[in-house]
Amino acid sequence: MTKKTLWMASLPAPVLIAMMLLLPGSRSLAANDQRSAASAAVNIDNFVFGPQTITVPVGATVTWTNKDDIPHTSVSTEGVFKSKVLDTDEKFSYTFTKAGTYPYYCTIHPKMTGKVVVQ
Amino acid sequence: MTDQNKDLIDQKLQDLNNDGIDRRGFLKCMAWAGTGLVWTMSGGIPSSRTFAKTAHRSGGNGGDFTFVQISDSHIGFNKPANPDVTATLQTAINKINAMPQKPDFIIHTGDLSQLSKPSEFDTLDQVLKGASAKQIYFVPGEHDMLTDNGEQYLQRYGKGTKGTGWYSFDQKGVHFVGLVNVANLKAGGMGSLGHEQLEWLEDDLKGRSASTPIVLFAHIPLWTIYPDWGWGTDDSEQALSYVKRFGSVTVLNGHIHQIMQKVEGKVSFHTAMSTAFPQPAPGTAPSAGPMKVPADQLQRVLGITDVNYRVSGRSLAIVDSPLGDSGSSASGNGGGSGGR
Repeated sequence: MTKKTLWMASLPAPVLIAMMLLLPGSRSLAANDQRSAASAAVNIDNFVFGPQTITVPVGATVTWTNKDDIPHTSVSTEGVFKSKVLDTDEKFSYTFTKAGTYPYYCTIHPKMTGKVVVQ
Repeated sequence: MTDQNKDLIDQKLQDLNNDGIDRRGFLKCMAWAGTGLVWTMSGGIPSSRTFAKTAHRSGGNGGDFTFVQISDSHIGFNKPANPDVTATLQTAINKINAMPQKPDFIIHTGDLSQLSKPSEFDTLDQVLKGASAKQIYFVPGEHDMLTDNGEQYLQRYGKGTKGTGWYSFDQKGVHFVGLVNVANLKAGGMGSLGHEQLEWLEDDLKGRSASTPIVLFAHIPLWTIYPDWGWGTDDSEQALSYVKRFGSVTVLNGHIHQIMQKVEGKVSFHTAMSTAFPQPAPGTAPSAGPMKVPADQLQRVLGITDVNYRVSGRSLAIVDSPLGDSGSSASGNGGGSGGR
């Protein structure tokens, strides 16, 4: 550690500045990569979508997994997406390409509602 | 049931008969419903007797008849709460076939299947074929309309019905109406009958004499039991307003996999046990999901409902009996005056 610091300190100032400039740049690049492949999970457990409201970036794929012993669905209230019937441990994924708020519910147990917020 | 308990119930029934509806007494009776207490509905005044008395009273008037309600078979379900729902349905059918008085017909109040699969419906048909009663009336549960808006259900069980599967029929002077409250459910809501069906119902009941006993049956309860779990029907009030003028109305539902009863004026509400698995009492668990009970207890929380119509008095007696009889309730001598 000390050695490394010493090594850094021995570098000429312009090199250090260049390194500092590069770092945030490379970081934002990584964030961009993550954004295009972003994914989020909603678990259906005890007749509840969890989390009930999930916020994801544009392009994110949300995956619902049914953890109950009873089948459920995840269906957009506005007809945007519609899962098949999900039996225990079955999954449904949908990729959100446009910003907006997407309310959805279980068509079998309509008291179960949730929301995907795409930003 | 012990003598002391019988006395208690008789005492409470006395209260019931004296002042119409005694809530405290009624709750006592509710607690005993699962072990064979009989409700007789006559002109809106509930009276009661134990199972054995009714069972001995078969035969008699030629206009009398019996039918059995079964519910929530969930064929295809295979989770720990009951890994063999076909076997327990078979036990229910065996129980029906062993009844001293052969029922005129069977009503199945929905959730025949778990996932609306053709193979599940096939298995159900196979088991039901062995029932002594050949006439079976169905209404769909939400599990029967999962994949195709109920097309397959209608083809198999709803021929000649209206809309999503509603219909009515008459049996020896009693008017039966099968309603569908599991179709086109709205986000955030409970069960729903919908405008078209309500209009049909109003029309169906119009012109019938107020002395005609009415039996309404549907999957989800037509009274609000527990809104947080969706145990109710959003527009049931309107449906019930159409039956207000009738002297005897019985409402039979399933969906909640346990017995619940309520009497409101001349309308008596009743939910049946499942033949597949029990569900928790309202609010006693994080969700309404299947309840796992010890294997040797399962048959005590599954069961059938036997409904006896007696032409004298136009009364309907409802008997719930678990698949696995504890014995005492069905074989007791019954207490008190024993009703009519």
